[in-house]
Amino acid sequence: MTARERADRLAGLAFVSPALLALAALTVYPGLWVLWLSLQQRVPIFGIARFVGLEHYAFLAGDARFWNAGRVTLVFTAVSVGLELALGLAVALALQRQRAGRRLALSLLLLAWALPSVVTAKLFEWLYHPSAGLVNVILGGHAFNWLGDPRLALPGLIAADVWRTMPFVALLCYARLLTIAPEVYEAARVDGAGRGATLAYVTLPLLRPILLIALLFRTLDALRAFDLMFVLTGGGPASTTETLTVYAYRSLFQTLQLGFGAAVGCVIFALVMLVAWAYLRALRGEAATA
Amino acid sequence: MRGVALVLAALVALAGCTEPPRGAAPATIVFKHAKILGPLDPIPGLLREFERRNPGVTVRSEPLTWTSDEQHQFYVINLDGATPAFDVLLLDLIWVPEFAQAGWLLDLSPWVTRGELAPHFPAAAAASVWNGRVWGLPWNMNVGVLYYRADLLAKYHLAPPRTWEELVEQAQRIRAGERDPKLDGVLWQGKQYEGLVVNVLEHFWASGTALLDEHDRVLPEPERAAAALGFMRGLLESGVSPAWVTAGDEELTRRPFGDGRAVFLRSWPYAMDLFEAAGSPVRGRVGIAPLPGHVAGAAGVGATGGFHLAVNRRTRHAEAAVALVRFLAGAEGQRAITAAGVALYPTRVDLYRDPAAVAAHPHMPRFHALALVARPRPVTPYYLMLSTTVQPEFSAALVGVKTPAQAVSYARRRLEYMLSGLR
Repeated sequence: MTARERADRLAGLAFVSPALLALAALTVYPGLWVLWLSLQQRVPIFGIARFVGLEHYAFLAGDARFWNAGRVTLVFTAVSVGLELALGLAVALALQRQRAGRRLALSLLLLAWALPSVVTAKLFEWLYHPSAGLVNVILGGHAFNWLGDPRLALPGLIAADVWRTMPFVALLCYARLLTIAPEVYEAARVDGAGRGATLAYVTLPLLRPILLIALLFRTLDALRAFDLMFVLTGGGPASTTETLTVYAYRSLFQTLQLGFGAAVGCVIFALVMLVAWAYLRALRGEAATA
Repeated sequence: MRGVALVLAALVALAGCTEPPRGAAPATIVFKHAKILGPLDPIPGLLREFERRNPGVTVRSEPLTWTSDEQHQFYVINLDGATPAFDVLLLDLIWVPEFAQAGWLLDLSPWVTRGELAPHFPAAAAASVWNGRVWGLPWNMNVGVLYYRADLLAKYHLAPPRTWEELVEQAQRIRAGERDPKLDGVLWQGKQYEGLVVNVLEHFWASGTALLDEHDRVLPEPERAAAALGFMRGLLESGVSPAWVTAGDEELTRRPFGDGRAVFLRSWPYAMDLFEAAGSPVRGRVGIAPLPGHVAGAAGVGATGGFHLAVNRRTRHAEAAVALVRFLAGAEGQRAITAAGVALYPTRVDLYRDPAAVAAHPHMPRFHALALVARPRPVTPYYLMLSTTVQPEFSAALVGVKTPAQAVSYARRRLEYMLSGLR
């Protein structure tokens, strides 16, 4: 390393240090505190504060409600993110082809994305109303019990989430599509590629990095999903829509078992970190091959 | 620890007593309360009147969001952080023992005698007392009641049902006679939330059992509890209640009944103001009855809800804060919430016969008898833990994911584990 390089490194460190310090103060310190909390039995209203080690984690290992919440979280994440990517991509491609009304379509897409999720939840509460809701009317007057049937509640929530966040994926993809040079498509046409082949061998490979980023953001968001289920179903019926975050909230803020709730929180944190790490590895691989 | 807290509370109380009486030094007290919904907010007028009577005291009112969960969260975070930033708080009655146990509330016993609680309905007063001390004063009250379509019952020569079994028969008879597929039998709150626990508790009481008995035992009679849940499941299976009740909260069930699409509804008094409002399709056609009992059990009893007034233990103006609480819970403070345009019901028994109050809410005397026999939800510091633990189990029994017996036995086991570390 030359003196110049060393000086650059130091300057760089100096520049990032405020951000690093702020991050450390705002995330690392509280994060470690929550970890420490999860090793304690802490119930302030009873004046209970004692170290219990891994007892909460041991209880969680055999806790049916916790495993159910984990399963709900994973199903919700996998299905909603999958649908959002597929639909978002389709919408982006359609937008690219569309000539008239593109601005209007973009604004409408943004509207769904911009609504606060509690508003979205209230909106869907009425859309899903068994007798007065628009959804059942459109489906031909069936009395589907969307939010009260254990088989329909989770699909109902997933549909609401897809409606709300699909535009995010669509706009990301659309922005990338705009930057693809027309020459690329021309070359493909000259080489005799049809529509399917162009999509499969030209558009999709070019969209891959942006799709991976969308996947990363959406997955992390979906793993932490809270407001939709909290407002729409409260986690019910029979906890079929209770995600890990809803479970953590109930333990922490409603029953005030700070240690136990922190343990649930730590599990969510570990899960999110694991997924983020896997994606970032994939992204790095992407960057290396690109 | 608790002893220390009590001594501290007593010291604070004593210090409060020896301070010069109100009016001596200017004080600003902060009143935190849920946003009052409805066309008229009685709070600003009451606070100005209090200031007029207590020269030197200024009251600032700081409304919180109206969702109960967010209020609870706000209070927990701030009271646990020992903030003196607010003095008087309006809190859901189910939180009173919890906050008192945590040492967050000022013990009002030095000021408020048991006699001062006597003018309130017993169920409301009971929720203010914990461990033999007074922690708050009741401000408004809710009681579970049965609404019925008086016109439909009269058409079939039926009297309001006294048992749930009778209610089922009546609903089936009326629906068969009306031949209206849009007319439902009975609506109630079955969503997985606090409202479900209230509905189940009322069925437990009607069956002669409880969620928590006087010896602090959880679900002491599992068979009876399971039978009550089984009955509720039966309402859905037989179609007497529509399947969507399993996602229904107060408003989702109040609206169809208000549109004339159900024969019976279990709800709170506020609904009556809406049924009797101008333009309501069921105006003049709704009756109020006590909740039914069960054939093999006891008479029906409505659960109570409502808000209480309490003082933050960290207050720097205990004397003025207690005075505000007593004023708001007093005869004048509560008369203000009986004004037309306020959909709150007072806890003071007298007001249910007060001419002005009755003129504004003609159905108030009907609620009197129901509120008199109403029953509070278990008065215990771990009520919320109890409730959030049983909610998924009760919901599972209603939607048929678990049998009632399975749901009850799982709820018991889980609660015993949760509570074992606390007792």
